[in-house]
Amino acid sequence: MALYEHVFIARQDISSQQVEGLIDMMQAVLEENDGKITKIEYWGLKSLAYRVKKNRKGHYSLLNIDASHAAVAELERRISLNDDIIRSMTLRVDEHEADDSVQMRNKNRDERRGSRREDGGDRRRDDRPRDDRPRESKPSEGEAS
Amino acid sequence: MSQGRRPFGRRKKSCPFSGPNAPVIDYKDTRLLQRYVSERGKIVPRRITAVSSKKQRELARAIKRSRFLSLMPYTVDQ
Repeated sequence: MALYEHVFIARQDISSQQVEGLIDMMQAVLEENDGKITKIEYWGLKSLAYRVKKNRKGHYSLLNIDASHAAVAELERRISLNDDIIRSMTLRVDEHEADDSVQMRNKNRDERRGSRREDGGDRRRDDRPRDDRPRESKPSEGEAS
Repeated sequence: MSQGRRPFGRRKKSCPFSGPNAPVIDYKDTRLLQRYVSERGKIVPRRITAVSSKKQRELARAIKRSRFLSLMPYTVDQ
């Protein structure tokens, strides 16, 4: 059956468990119309580039769907009825990405780097301007010569 | 009179997406798309980034999709 990639954003003031609940609901809808979800990715609570329905942040997640058109149409109808989902986009694709998507890789990398940062941040944390070395004023060269 | 030194680079810039190991254009890959967007958030024209027309159309489609998903801003105001 046709392959679809579906990304949706859930509003920020629901918990990630509720987002999993949404995904289960979607899975159920698809199963009813004999479609299936091949991969689920939860990108976490990300800040949006601009406000969507008064939300600044949103729970992003990606679903790789293998279903007929009728199943996806029903899924889209259910999503439009649900007011926890503030935006969603379904794309027909030729083949699914097998491994993690870019967003997932970034998320894992940030988590790894985040954990390393707690134990003694290696990078400079203060925000002084870059060239904060003391300026050698003219007289000091005079003494050196 | 010898050819005057042309001020602008005239060498044929190659399309960054047509090489053997070219990066895949994907609406989720904001880091890659960010390079083809001006600081104000507008799509940079082909004549500046030397992208082939086919890849520029793909790029524009990916940027518009990631804008819709609020992964990238429509406009960045100073």
